[in-house]
Parts: sequence; structure tokens; C-alpha cells
Amino acid sequence: MTRFAIPIAIFVALLALLGIGLKLDPREVPSPLIGKPAPHFELPELHQAARTFSERDMLGKVWVLNVWASWCVSCREEHPVLLDLAASGAVPVYGLNYKDRREDGLAWLKGMGDPYKISIFDFDGRVGIDYGVYGVPETYVIDKSGIIRYKRIGPLTPEIVKEKLLPLVRELDRA
Amino acid sequence: MIPELGQLALALGLALALAQGLLGLIGAARGENVWMAATRPAARGQFVFVAIAFACLTTSFIHNDFTVAYVATNSNSALPLQYRVAGVWGGHEGSMLLWVLMLSVWTCGVTLFSRHLPQEMAARVLGVMGLVSAGFLLFILFTSNPFVRIFPAPADGRDLNPLLQDPGMVMHPPMLYMGYVGFSIAFAFAVAALLSGRLDAAWARWSRPWTTAAWSFLTVGIALGSGWAYYELGWGGWWFWDPVENASFMPWLTGTALIHSLAVTEKRGAFRSWTVLLAILAFALSLLGTFLVRSGVLTSVHAFATDPTRGIFILALLALVIGGSLLLYVWRAPKIGLGGGFEPLSRESFLLANNVIFAAAAGSVLLGTLYPLALDASGLGKISVGPPYFETVFVPLMAPALFLMGVGPLARWKKASLPDLASRLRWALAAAVLAALALPFAMGRWGVMVALGVLLAAWVAASGFVQLYEKVRNAASGVSAWTRLQAVPRATYGMLLAHFGVAVFVVGVTLVKGYESEKDVRMEPGDTVELGGYTFRFDGVRDVKGPNYVAGRAQIPVTRDGKPVAMLYPEKRIYRVQNQPMTEAAIDTGFTRDLYVSLGDAVSDTAWVIRVHHKPFIDWIWGGCLLMALGGVLAASDRRYRLAARRPREEYAVAAAR
Amino acid sequence: MRRAAALLLFAALAASATGKEAAPAAADPVLEKRVMALAEELRCLVCQNQTLADSNAPLAEDLRNQVREKMRAGKSDREVVDFLVERYGDFVLYRPPLKATTILLWFGPLLLLAAGFAVMLRRVRLRRESGEAEVTDADRKRAAELLASGDPK
Repeated sequence: MTRFAIPIAIFVALLALLGIGLKLDPREVPSPLIGKPAPHFELPELHQAARTFSERDMLGKVWVLNVWASWCVSCREEHPVLLDLAASGAVPVYGLNYKDRREDGLAWLKGMGDPYKISIFDFDGRVGIDYGVYGVPETYVIDKSGIIRYKRIGPLTPEIVKEKLLPLVRELDRA
Repeated sequence: MIPELGQLALALGLALALAQGLLGLIGAARGENVWMAATRPAARGQFVFVAIAFACLTTSFIHNDFTVAYVATNSNSALPLQYRVAGVWGGHEGSMLLWVLMLSVWTCGVTLFSRHLPQEMAARVLGVMGLVSAGFLLFILFTSNPFVRIFPAPADGRDLNPLLQDPGMVMHPPMLYMGYVGFSIAFAFAVAALLSGRLDAAWARWSRPWTTAAWSFLTVGIALGSGWAYYELGWGGWWFWDPVENASFMPWLTGTALIHSLAVTEKRGAFRSWTVLLAILAFALSLLGTFLVRSGVLTSVHAFATDPTRGIFILALLALVIGGSLLLYVWRAPKIGLGGGFEPLSRESFLLANNVIFAAAAGSVLLGTLYPLALDASGLGKISVGPPYFETVFVPLMAPALFLMGVGPLARWKKASLPDLASRLRWALAAAVLAALALPFAMGRWGVMVALGVLLAAWVAASGFVQLYEKVRNAASGVSAWTRLQAVPRATYGMLLAHFGVAVFVVGVTLVKGYESEKDVRMEPGDTVELGGYTFRFDGVRDVKGPNYVAGRAQIPVTRDGKPVAMLYPEKRIYRVQNQPMTEAAIDTGFTRDLYVSLGDAVSDTAWVIRVHHKPFIDWIWGGCLLMALGGVLAASDRRYRLAARRPREEYAVAAAR
Repeated sequence: MRRAAALLLFAALAASATGKEAAPAAADPVLEKRVMALAEELRCLVCQNQTLADSNAPLAEDLRNQVREKMRAGKSDREVVDFLVERYGDFVLYRPPLKATTILLWFGPLLLLAAGFAVMLRRVRLRRESGEAEVTDADRKRAAELLASGDPK
């Protein structure tokens, strides 16, 4: 009788779910900001404290915002990738120095190289919170109208740049 | 040398487990007496080799053999001896070895206490257990070998996680695994019954003591985990509905339904296919728990270092073992038949309702635990399901079960009468209502949820007394009350004690949640704070040194009405090797309350943040669990099982009950 | 021995107590209670198995500060929750919101229970309707024989 088959049917569905689950990352928190306007901020620059920078300054351009910190170990991993990306000129890269000390951030860039057109200094991390930052590094791609189109959680890799980031930038440039 | 010996022992254990499995199952299918007889020695041999392997690993830990990678990651030369031993099961590989050891211990137990079983059934039970064991040994040897060497050996180990350096941790996994693994026996009996086509009262009587014993161990294991979290983690909580906690709770809920279902199958031959299914599900949930904790599929504070390869292996094991038995169920269960009939109002139907509730509860916990994964897998977003959900959902499910706990044992088998039950229970109900009205006021203030909790707990306790009273009263006159009490079977006392334990548990939970209080204060030496009628004074912080840590230890005398009550020493420790800070709360345990103090951060040279808690009746939570487990032990050691075990092999009646 | 010494010291100290009643750690205890009550239902994004109330992660502290500020500024619990969900999604809520995708979650337990009882009632009723098994004459005879043969095992 069919009712005896109910347990195994449920079990097979459960196995399928768990199998899929093995490929997913339960710790990743996807951003609800994709497709929404980049939250507004006005922050001092890292190199020139007297000047401020806002996301509004970038309207009309496609750009990449990378969240980094001198105390972040994984940021070292992705730094060469960022340097390459900036050097290629495909898209301007801006940095958000998150919950750092100014001297430390400047020293880090001096030692590791500076891929950022401008680095913004977010001392208390409030702008980070507005952008849904919960771990460093994180990277955003923002389009000409100031809408966030993509967020990468974790260090950038050459594959991700090649397969996700650059094609997206090209598409947004054409729009 | 010794690690290699251990690895060899595991391989030999695997060979014997396979032999045990194949000889048992194929032997029973073909009626080969020699093969079936050989399963017992094979099973015992497997135990010997697994035990040797475990001893080898333990020796490596005790002797600080850091050439063994597992020892290097979980131990340290400064680690005290008892934690070096506990470190054996502190990580994934070693805990799997513990699992397999437990399984071989239970298997050995079955070989010793199964003489009265028909040879075919014993062979099948041992056969199934052998195959499960083989599966896990393969898993260990191929993906989780604790004996892997590391060259060059590090000078010292990375130390056992400080959170685990604690007596509770020493006992919690062994107890828990005894429970999980013990359900494999019920599972093996169920599969054996399905294979043989014989599923009757005798089968239930054989399964019951094993299942109840496993359930008792699991109860203790879960209680230890909860108690350990309470005093070790420093935030005063005792249950977080964390995926791994849920992973242990689901088999417990299913196991509870199973022991009640077995009772009915034994007494009346009813519920047979349902009992078999529950036995399969209880073990399935144990295996699922093993999977969830080690595969990385869910985040948990509890999870071992995760590895998707291991996840795939366990999933495959799960698919084979449970999928196979559920397929067997589809094939064989329809032939089982209905068993004894009963009225919609009868003890059977109350027990069936109880089973439905516990199954729904287990299903709900499973739903809540896996729902985030299900949504993520279908691309529908990412959510979290935590204590607010589980508490909202679980309490309403359990309330009817508590009500049934009072009514069920008094109802007659086959046909019960509602007016009769009502008249017998009217004083119990009155007592419960009285308690629900009065006790909250005695505690300080009346609240609906507290009253409800007290009502249900008092109901269970009072109806338990009614049951006992009736046993004494209904016996033949001319016999003393004491003799009558002695005549009550141990299993009945077991049930009464276990149910009473539930009542104690519910009282603990209700009163703690209803009346606990805390204060977060900033204290200079000499400052005092009052809570729950107690006065806490801060006498400053001293630096102290432990075997593998340094700490700041605060001294906090506690008084009540000017009389000294306790001296508490909360600490903030830093374990040298891992450089991890840890709060060590100070607790004054009492029958009616716990005083819980934890040291926060220093806010100046002399001032510290201190958190004091007053937790009324919180120890009743674990006390209740202990009573439940004791009840289970009493029930499992009932005369009729011990007598049956001593009787020569029964003639197996061919006609199964209709 | 050590315990006696401790109690002695304790008594001496008790006799010389001159300290004041400790001040609450938080500047505004009433507000703090509200902050913590909400934080207990929120998930820390860094230590993902602790509540926002219990976590020591820097981000958790920052978020608690934000919650405190907003509540002090007069925002309701609902508004604070919305603020966080806007930035981090539903993941940050330990109490899953009731939406189309979570209806099954919230009503599932009730459905399971109802389904279980429905199946149970149907089976019990079916069983009753199918009636008791007939005791045949052959059965009666065999029963009589067994009873007459006497010796119980």
C-alpha cells in the first residue's frame, strides 16, 4: 500500500536536500542591497583627511568599491588581484578602509601597493554597516546610476575577476 | 609503533565486522546454523580490535605523541592528564572512533544477553549491527583516520579547545554516543523483524530493554551537554536550539515515542508497523545528527572541523543504511498486519496520540533545523531559525503530551471509559489547579505561562500518585500496603519515576523562565549589589595561575539577611597555547536556586563589570532529566527481561498474532 | 583548611564592609533592557551561533551600539529591525519573519500534528469498522485442547 512508501519518499527528498547542502556555504550572508541604490555616505579620504568623498561623486561611472583593513589577513591574499585590476584600467577601484587607524592603513598601502584611486576612511565602521559589511574583505560593483549590482564576500580571485566582475563591468559600461 | 598498531587493529576490526554482518544476514537467510553461530565470536572479536585501536589512540595522547597529527591538534604537554584522555574524543576522528567503540560495546552486550533469542533473530540483529559498524569503520579508515602521522612532528600540540577542558566534556560525548548507538539495536531488531517477517509481542519484549537503556543514556548525555553549556559558556543559558543540540534532541523525541510504542506492541500486539518505523527513524535521526555535525552543511558552535568529503561519505552511509531499511519497510510492512484491536478511547489510543505528538515534535525540530538549508538550496533566500521559533512551536506541542501523561497510564487497555477516568483523576486535577493558582504567587507574581507550566507539571505528578495509590488500594485485602508496593513491577516504578522526572523538569523550566533575574553592574572593590534577596560584594580581582592558563580571579562573598551564604570566584582565563580568553562563571548551586556570577571586563584600574544572576529552581531541569534516566534504567531492568534472558531459547510459535 | 580560612577572611571582610551599592554597568538600565531583549532575537553575523546580545565580536558591539542609539532616538523595535534587515537580510533575525517563503515553516508543526491525528483517527475508525476477528469453531476446539493439556511453560 502506498502509505508505506511515504517514509522513503520523504527520505529521498531529504537526501537530495542534504546533497545540495554540501555544496553551499551556510556562513555566507547574501546582500539584500543588490539591485538597490548604494547607501549614501560622505567620508574623509584616507590620504587627505581634509577632503571628503561621496558615492554621488561617482554617478555616471561604473566603479568597484573594495572594503579592506590593515588588520585583515585575507586582504593580503587578494591585494595582487586588485593591483592587477587597477592596472588594467578596466574599471576604477576605490577602497573603503574599514575600522582601521589612519597610520596603519597608510603604512599598509605604502608597503603593499595602492590600487585605489581614492581610499575612504571609515573609522567607526558605520558606513560598513550601511553597506552590510560583516567581514573583510568585501567588494561591490556599482553601476552608473549608483545601484549596487554585485557583491563579493571574501577575497577576490583571478577567476572571479575574469568570470564575474569584468563581464559585468563591460555590460554595465554599455548601458 | 603504537599508532600503526591501532590502525592495523581498526582494519582487523573492519574485517570482523564485515564477517559478522555477512555471516549473520546471509546465514539467517539460508538457515546455515554454523554461519549464524559464528556471528557471536565475530562480534566479540570486532570489539576486541576496536578496543585495542581505542587504547592505542589513548596511549598516544597520554604519552604526548605529537607525531600523530590528531594528537598534535587536540592536545598539549601542559594539558592535565584527565583532559589528555578526554582529548581522545575532542575532535572529529577520535570521536568517530569513540562512536565505533560504543557500537562494538553494545554489540558485545547483545552477544551476551541474547541467548534466549531464536538463533535466526540473534544472527540477523548482530548481522545488521555488523554492517553498520563496518560502514563506520570504512568511514574512519578512508576519511577520518586518527592515526595519521605528521612529519616533522611539532614540538608541542595545539592544545585541546579550552571550552572542552572540563569534567562535563569528559562525560558528555560518551553518554551521548551510548544513546545514539544504543538505538542501533532497536534498529537492528526492527530490520531483523522485517527480514524474517515475524513481528510480534515477543519481538517487542526483546527490543524494549535495549531501547529503554539507550534512551536513558541519551537523556543523560543531553542533560550533561546542557548543564555543561550552562556553567561553562558563561552566559547562563542552558539550551540554544543550536543545530547540533537539535541533532541530539530529535532522536530523543523519536526514542521516547518508540519506547511507548514498544510498550503497546508488547502488551497488545498493536502498532507493529508503526513501532518498526519509529525504530528505523530513531536510528536514522542519530545518523543524521552525525552527518549534520561533521559535514559543514549547517553552522554550529558545536560542529567539528568540517570537510565535504566526509559529508559525502556519511550521506552515502545514511542513504544505504536508512534507504535500505525504508525500502525493506515498503516491501515487508504491508504483511505485518494490524494486531490487537482497540477502541478510539483506550490506553492504546492515548499512547498512539502521544506518539503522534512526539513524532510531530521531532518533525518540527527537523523542519526548523533544515528549513534555512531548504530555502537556500532552492534559491529562495537565506533565513535564520532560532530559539524564538522553536520555543513558540515546541511548547504548544508538548502541552497536550503532558496532559496525556496523566491520563494514559490510568486508562484501560482496549476500552477506556471517560467518566471512570474523570472520577479517578478528579483529585489530581484539583491539586494541579490549586498548585497553578498558588505557586506563582508564592514565587512573586502570577503569570499565565507560569501557571500553565505548573498546572501541567503538577497534573503529571499528581496523577502519578493516583496510579501508585490505586496499585496499593486495588490489591487483595489482608495484604499489607508494603507487600503490595513490593508487588508492583519494577517497570511500573520506572515509568512513575520517569514521568515524575518530567514533572520536575517542567517545574524547573517554568520557574526559571518565569522568575530568573539578573543585574549587570560596575563594581569597585567594596561595592555591593542586591538580587533576589541576596547581597553580592565585590572584593577585587587577583591574578592566579593554572596548569595551562593565567587568570584574573574575583572574590565575591554572598550574604542573605546578613548571614554568609557562599564565596564565589568568577574568573577570566587566558589559555596560554591558543591564547583564547574564557569566562569561568562562579555558581552557588542550591535546591531551590542557583546564584550565578560572571566577570566581565575591567573598566578601570580597579572597577570591573560583573553580571549576577538569580536562577530559581534551575537545577530541577537536570534533576528531572536524571530522574527520567533513572526511571528508564529501572524499567529496563525489570524482572521479566532478566528472567527471559535466563530462560533457554523459546519455542518460537509460528502463528503471528493477527 | 583552606575553606575555614576563606570563611574567616570572609567574616572579617563582611565586618568591615564599607562599599556602596554598585551602579548599573549601563548608563540607562531601562533602555539597556530593551536593547538586550531585542538583541537576544538577532543573530551575530560574525560568530553566527550566538545572539547579538551575547557575542563579543567587534561588529556585534557596533550593531548593539547602533540599536541603542536608535532606540534612544525614539525608534520602535520594528524600525530597528527593519534597519538591520535592510542591510543584512532576514539572516539576522532568529525569529523568521512570516512571509510566503516561511508559511510552511510556521504552520508546518501544526499541519504535522493535524495530519498525524487525522491519519490516526481514520485508522482507528477503520479498525473498528472492520470488526473483531471471528473466532472459528476450530479455534475454540484447539483452545480447549491447549487448556486441558494443563502444564504451563
